[in-house]
Order: sequence, then structure tokens, then C-alpha cells
Amino acid sequence: MLSAVDLARLQFAFTAAFHFIFPAVTIGLGFVVALAETFRWRTRSEVWDRLAKFWTKVFALTFAVGVATGIVMEFQFGTNWSRYATFVGDIFGSPLAAEAILAFFLESTFLGVLLWGGARVGSTLRWFSAVMVSFGAALSGLWIIIANSWMQTPAGYEVQGDRAVLTDFWAAAFNPSTLPRYLHTISSALAVGSFLVVGVAAWYLLKGRHYDVARRSLKLGLIVAIVASIGMFLTGDTSSRQVANTQPVKFAAMNGLFETGEGVPMIIFAFPPGDEGPSDLPSLAVPNLLSLLTTFDVNGEIEGLDAFPTDVWPPVASTFSTYHLMVGLGALMLLVMVVGVFGWMRGRLERWRWWLAAAVVVTPAPLLAVQLGWATAEIGRQPWIVYGVMRTADGVSPIVSSFDVAVSLLMFGVIYVALAALWLFLLRRVLMAGPAPGADGETPVALPPAAPAIREPKPVEVALP
Amino acid sequence: MIDLPQIWFVLIGVLLVGYAVLDGFDLGVGMLSPILGRTSAQRGLLMETIGPVWDGNEVWLLTLGGALFAAFPIVYATVFSGFYLAVMLLLFALILRAVAIEFRHHIEDARWLLFWDGAFWLGSFLPALLLGVAIGNIARGLPLTGGLYTQGLLGLLNPFSLCVGLLAVAMFAMQGASWLVLRTDGELAASARRVGRVAWVCFVVLWLIVTAVAVIDAPDLWANYGSPLAWMAPLVFVAAIAVTGYALWGRHERLPILGSSFSIAALVAILGQALYPALVPDRTAGADLTISNAASSNLTLTVMLVIALIGVPIVLVYTGFVYSRFTHKVSSPTA
Repeated sequence: MLSAVDLARLQFAFTAAFHFIFPAVTIGLGFVVALAETFRWRTRSEVWDRLAKFWTKVFALTFAVGVATGIVMEFQFGTNWSRYATFVGDIFGSPLAAEAILAFFLESTFLGVLLWGGARVGSTLRWFSAVMVSFGAALSGLWIIIANSWMQTPAGYEVQGDRAVLTDFWAAAFNPSTLPRYLHTISSALAVGSFLVVGVAAWYLLKGRHYDVARRSLKLGLIVAIVASIGMFLTGDTSSRQVANTQPVKFAAMNGLFETGEGVPMIIFAFPPGDEGPSDLPSLAVPNLLSLLTTFDVNGEIEGLDAFPTDVWPPVASTFSTYHLMVGLGALMLLVMVVGVFGWMRGRLERWRWWLAAAVVVTPAPLLAVQLGWATAEIGRQPWIVYGVMRTADGVSPIVSSFDVAVSLLMFGVIYVALAALWLFLLRRVLMAGPAPGADGETPVALPPAAPAIREPKPVEVALP
Repeated sequence: MIDLPQIWFVLIGVLLVGYAVLDGFDLGVGMLSPILGRTSAQRGLLMETIGPVWDGNEVWLLTLGGALFAAFPIVYATVFSGFYLAVMLLLFALILRAVAIEFRHHIEDARWLLFWDGAFWLGSFLPALLLGVAIGNIARGLPLTGGLYTQGLLGLLNPFSLCVGLLAVAMFAMQGASWLVLRTDGELAASARRVGRVAWVCFVVLWLIVTAVAVIDAPDLWANYGSPLAWMAPLVFVAAIAVTGYALWGRHERLPILGSSFSIAALVAILGQALYPALVPDRTAGADLTISNAASSNLTLTVMLVIALIGVPIVLVYTGFVYSRFTHKVSSPTA
């Protein structure tokens, strides 16, 4: 029988992991939609119009599930982690409230305009709404990362009695891990959205459907995807040094480093270690690389798990595995997009069917990588709920029984599986139907359009406040 | 010297008013959907009246949760963990409503539409009832042992709180009907007006019952009503509810929603005034959770106040702008 703490952790992990699928898609896709809307607004091209509307539809479908599952997160700190909520409320509540006031209102309100506006909304207001939705999505992520980063690297507070009390707002908000983690999260979310755009566009091109929209989506998606993939590695690199400096136990677990050493190699491939000691199966490693990347010295010293008492070790095997799988997926994603940019510059990409097929296959890779990276961050933080300050087991609600949590976990299990099925079912329908056909009907054959894009009559401009 | 916990007590009330007024009509429309929408097309129209704004309206609830967490963490922790299963039920309902509104229009199939219409109804009715019961229990005072509420779901089901639950249902139904009077026309608007009158009568009767039960069951609620000045909020409430009735029985289109919104705001003010300075009164030992023992530090409350003073006016400006773009009657196809 699982304890109430285990069940509460399981429920939080499940609801957070499930929820995070959707904001990751909407932050990335929102940015692509904002770009597409900008091109539509500037060029008044009919193809950009259909392209933007199509991706907005996919965005809206995903956003709905994100909203539905996001409310759960806002309340769960109180329902299941009331001791934690009491202990950190002075610091942790503000970013959640700020997220709602400064970001979520913006995103929700302007999405309403974008989705339900129809002909009542002029060209400029439609563009403005798309930009606000994208801005709101990215800003909302900042506040959530501020809150979560404070759990990783708490700062700007002091413990008074049984509560952590804020002493410096800026130090708490921009604690050592906030910015590196935010940039890493945003570049990963951009990858999630742009890989979806590239994957779907590649699939249309393979099938010879919606040529005009697919071609532009591919280009637009590819540009965002290559920037995001490179950004992911740069910010990941910064993040890992930051973890080495501020959460050395987590860093040791991520790298499966049991013994402190100098000139530490970087593991490229290995079987996962156990939670107590390294695996004795063969592995592939580059000598001195981890020391070089972490300390900028090939012989730099890195603390291993042996430098810390075992009661503050995170679960080593899963921290190591999720981290390495994430990096591996990231490398695969970067490879596909680098080849894509190469093909595009040579003007051959649309004829490289093998590449188009590969782009379709890697569509869900960033989503998986995001989940794995999040798991690394949170599992690696254990046994702490606030790193070095409060243990996870001490944060749980004292009066919520195992039975209560089992009931709610079962409820979330059933609803979320149904939600996932519905989302995939409707997403498939939207993607199968594709963008609206153009004024001259569809262009099924893969031929570049001879005539310039058809110009719409200038829509009535709407004055903005 | 500004008393920050006092300001935040008022601001929590303001957020509650914002939520109850704005999402109130969304919930009301959802509850009334099967009664007013005889056909699937009509139910689609009803949903369309709230389509562009419901999501922004629900953010008031998220803001309320976040602000409570930030300003009065102990209240947030005690109430949400104490009301565990009720909160889970509320979350279930809100998830159902969110996806019902966004998924319904994807497929034009009779069974698909009917399923989501049902989900929309349940996802609107349940939150109204649950929020009412929760607020009823808080108003009545919770039996706290060692600062914790331990009586579970069954402990929440007392006559006073159930009456407040029904009061909330009637209130949101009145708010929803008043909204529909404004945003629909023809037969739909006429039946919304008729249903609005019924909801108004239920609301007034239930309010009298709740007040009468409060005399017996929650005598502490009257402690703050000593001075004549304290009777301001009840006076405004009575005036607003009278105006709402007058408007619903007349031909006014805008007055019902205005009157109904003011009634809701005044009702929240009555509640706030009765509770003050407690946020959650203790029924057993008098160890209330109050603005002084449950509040965050002055620094946190100051930071939050700055965020609210910058953020909320901006929110009100663009929310107002968006509402002003969607003032048309929805019976005609919106092309």
C-alpha cells in the first residue's frame, strides 16, 4: 500500500506532467501563430491568412486542455501540500497570483477575440490579439518558472519559526536558477511548437496536400525549429553549469558520478547506474569533457555523490536516465533540423522525401524531451520539496488521507486519459481536414505557384485603444 | 500607517466579486442551457454568448486562488486541504465545462452535441452549488481542531450551507438569465426573461431563508452589524435586488444585468463585513483565522499590492475593450 505522501507525489507528478504537454505546445505554437499573423497583416496574403487560421485552430484545441488542467495545478498546493503551502506561502503564492493577473488574463482574453471574433474583428486587431496571446503565454511561463526555480535554488528569504519569510523580492524572483531555466524552458517549448508545424507540413508535402500552406509552414517552422534546437543546447549548457554550482548532488546524480574526481569524462552512452552504485556494464565516454564543460578546465574537480550523505541523494538511476535520454533526443532533433536547413539552402528540401519522413517521425521528440527534462529537474531535487530547506515528506497535507488521494488520483486518471484521447482524436480531425482551400481551389501537385499571391481587398482597420 | 492585511481582505473580496459577477453569468448560462435551449442550435447560440469571454472570466477564480495563497497562505492551505473532496469535485466540473465549450463545435453530430451540452450543464451547475456550499461553511464557521478542519465532505453538508449553495445556484441563474436578456433577442430573450423572474423569486426567498437560518445557526455573523453605517451594504443589496426585479418584469435590456451584478457585489460585501476581521471563523474554540494571524509578511503584501495596482487596471481596460467588441445580439448568424 502506498503512503499518503507517495500518492500525493504520484498525483502531482501525473497532473503536472500531463498539464505541461499543453502549455509547451501553446507557447511554441503561439509564437509561430504570432509570426504568421504578422506576415498576414503586413502582406495581406491569402495564403498567410489560411495558414494563420489553420494553426490558430490547432492552438485553440490545445489551449483548451491546458486551461482545463491548469486550474488543477493552482489549487493542488493547497489541497495536497498544505504544510508546504503554509511554509512557503509568503514567497510562493505571489508568482502564481502575478501569473494570473499579468499574463493569464491577457492570454485568455485575447484568445477569445482571436477565436470568436470572426468578421467583427479587423485585420489589425486580429494580429494584435495573436501577438498578445503569444506574449501572455511566454510571460505566464516566466512566473511559473520563478515559482519552481525558487523550490530548486531558494533565495531572498529567511526561515522565521515555521514559515519562510520573504526578505528580498528580486532575489527570490530572480534566484540563481530562474533565468537559465526559463530560457531553457522557452527554447524547448519553441521546439515543441515548431517541430509540430514542420512535421505536419512535411506530412502534407509527402501526401501532396495543401501545397501552398504546407510549403510556407515548413519554412517558417524550420527557421523557428533550428533556432530553438540550437538555443536548447546553449541554454541547457548554461543550466547544467548552474546546477553544478547550486545543486551539486543533483548534478552528480544526473551524470551518474559516484566518486569525486578530476578530469571527469562525459558519458555519451551507458546503462543506467543503480541508486546506490555505478553499473559495471560497458559505457562510452569522452575523457575529461564533463570537467571541461563544467569548470572550463580539462582537469577540473567535480564533486561526486560520495561527497554527500546518502540521505540527501536523489533517486540516481531515474535522474541519470531521464537526463541522458533528454540530451540524446535533443541531439537527434538538432541533427534533423541542421540537415533540413542544409536541404532548404540547396533548394531541395521539398524533394527529399526521406527528410520529410524523418521530420514527421521526430514531431513528438521535443515533447518527450521536455517531459524528460522536467522529470530530471524534479526527481533530481528529491528528497527536498524546497532544496536544502524542507523535505518533500514534510510538505504534505496532514489531514488528507490515502483514501482521499486515491479517489482523486483515480478521478484524474480517468478524466485525463479521456482528455488525451479526445484531444488526439480532434487534433487528427483538424490535421486531416487541413487548412481551408484557397480561392482557386487546392493546389495538390507540388509545384511552386506561378502567379504572386492573391491580394485581398484591404479589410476595415479597427482603431486600438 | 496603511494596514496591508486589511487592504488584502478587501481585495480578496473584490476578486470574489469579479469572479461571481463575470463567471457568474457564464455559469448561469450553462445551468439554464437545457431549459432555454430547446434545440441543439439554440444551445449553441447560448454558448456563443459567452464564448469569447468565459475563459477570461474564469481567470478571476485563478487570481482569487493565487491571491489567497499569497496574502493569506494559512487560509488557502486550511480551506483547500480541509475541503479536499469538494475541491476535487469542483475541479472535475471546471475541467468538464472548459472542454465542453471548446470541443462542442468541432463535430456536427447529434449525439456529440448532446453529450457536450450535458457536460456544459453539469460543469456549470456543480461549481455554482459547490462554491455556495463552501462559502456557506466558511461564513458559518468551521470546527477547527489544532487549526485544521477534519470533518471531511459530510461535515460540509449542514442545512445553512446547503441553503447558501442553493442561493448561489439561484443567484447565478438570475445573473445568467439577465445576461441572456441583453445578448439574445426574439423568443430566446423572452424566455430568458421569464426564467430570470423565476430565478429572482427563488433568489429572494432563499436569501430570506439563509438570513433567518443565520440568526439561529451563525449568530456571530451579526456581531458587526451594530452601527447604522454597517447597514449600508444590506441597503444597497435590497435596492439592487429591487431594481433587478423591476427591470426583469419591465422591458429593460441592460438594467437586469446591472441590477443583478450590483446585488451580487453587495451580497459579497455583506458577507465580508459579517466575517471581518476573520477570514475563517472557528466554530469550536474561537481560534479564528483572521487578517492578523493568517496574513503574509508586510513585504509580500506590499509587492502583491504593487502588482495588483499595475496589473488590475490594465486587465480592466482590455477586458472592457473586448466586452465592447461583443455587444451584438447573437440570434443572427455571426459571419
